[in-house]
Amino acid sequence: MTTNRRDFLTGAVTAAGAVMTPNLSHTHQHEHDHEHQVVPSDPTLRVKALESLLVEKGLLDRAALDALIDTYEHKIGPRNGARVVARAWADPAYKERLLTNADAAIGELGYGGLQGEHMVVVENTPKVHNLVVCTLCSCYPWPVLGLPPVWYKSAPYRSRAVIDPRGVLREFGMELPDDVELRVWDSTAELRYLVLPERPSGSENLSEEDLAALVTRDAMIGVAGVGTHREGDRA
Amino acid sequence: MNGVHDMGGMQGMGAIEAEKNEPVFHAPWQGRAYAVTRAMGAWRKWNLDATRYQRELIPPADYFTKSYYERWIVALVELMVKTGLVTKAEIESGTPDQGSPKLTPALTAEKVPTLIAKGVPAKRDVPVVASFHAGERVRSRNINPVGHTRLPRYARGKVGTIHRDHGVFVFPDSNALFLGEKPQHVYSVRFAARELWGEQAAVQDSVYVDLWDSYLEPA
Repeated sequence: MTTNRRDFLTGAVTAAGAVMTPNLSHTHQHEHDHEHQVVPSDPTLRVKALESLLVEKGLLDRAALDALIDTYEHKIGPRNGARVVARAWADPAYKERLLTNADAAIGELGYGGLQGEHMVVVENTPKVHNLVVCTLCSCYPWPVLGLPPVWYKSAPYRSRAVIDPRGVLREFGMELPDDVELRVWDSTAELRYLVLPERPSGSENLSEEDLAALVTRDAMIGVAGVGTHREGDRA
Repeated sequence: MNGVHDMGGMQGMGAIEAEKNEPVFHAPWQGRAYAVTRAMGAWRKWNLDATRYQRELIPPADYFTKSYYERWIVALVELMVKTGLVTKAEIESGTPDQGSPKLTPALTAEKVPTLIAKGVPAKRDVPVVASFHAGERVRSRNINPVGHTRLPRYARGKVGTIHRDHGVFVFPDSNALFLGEKPQHVYSVRFAARELWGEQAAVQDSVYVDLWDSYLEPA
């Protein structure tokens, strides 16, 4: 391990030389930061080295990387899905379209594309609860939920969501009554699933925008319900 | 491949650790790893199925100890070397081989919005006969290919019902190995939880698995 690590670091540092050169003026100003950033983590070095190599070969455009990261950090996330859900709650005809042709209905709100090319929306009712997982990797509906949280990609969730889904829900604080049917959707193909949660009682007078603010990412995966208190910003 | 990536039904993996107000990326390198992988995919030297298969080939101990985006980078490097986009020597030295041509990136910033908006559809508009129809009982095949497959172990040799025909899609088992798309119908198949897990499962619960025509036989 020690040998591998040293060899790797040698290679990575050499390759990343250009971008790893410390900015001396900054060193003075941020000495406290540098205390724990003197040796960047292995993945940091490795990815920097790789990026530099690929840019140098003309295989990669740094501006494209920035655009991709910016999109998923700032533009595409669970607020998109929340707007879809709120529209379905507010407009029965839209809900009908959403449940029968999800791609077109989601497209009406301007969402779609990468890792959401083929969407399916499943509806929670008082008698049916839906839960989405990808046991084989981490398939997730990016256009409406953004990139998946770590727990969704983790072994504990992927392994247990199919064999012990009620236990999983309990872990998220949700006790599912025995008379509710639980449907687990394993995203093994190129279909991507979005849960349409139940509209909370007491939300009758809310605007579509206020409804959207109630909808969490977790509710659209199926590990939570939707309450009337505003928790939309939580996830 | 019966690898550790095929996790459905495994036990002893511990508690689910949900993080409040989780950032999209936990460190700048994760965003870069994500974006580099996306951007290199634009060269179309491999496909999504090949990418997944490459990640499945990461040895089990590494699969569990490496973080998610570290696995992405490991698989990306393998794919780039295999397809000749970079050489092993270049990865080791970190600098282009002498005399290697300077190329023009396949994905530029201007093309990013289109890539994201259009995606990479796996559905194919070709006439293929469906072997099964909604409501029919089917048995998933008991297959154990060493290559790539999207038929999870827990759902093999089980009896279920066709819930819905999703249409015709690229077949990952062949596509991952660059043996052609072999487009075929994908069905949502409903398995009763008890068919999969026995008496310990709740009688009213079920698992829906999206399965290709080749994975199924009449029951």
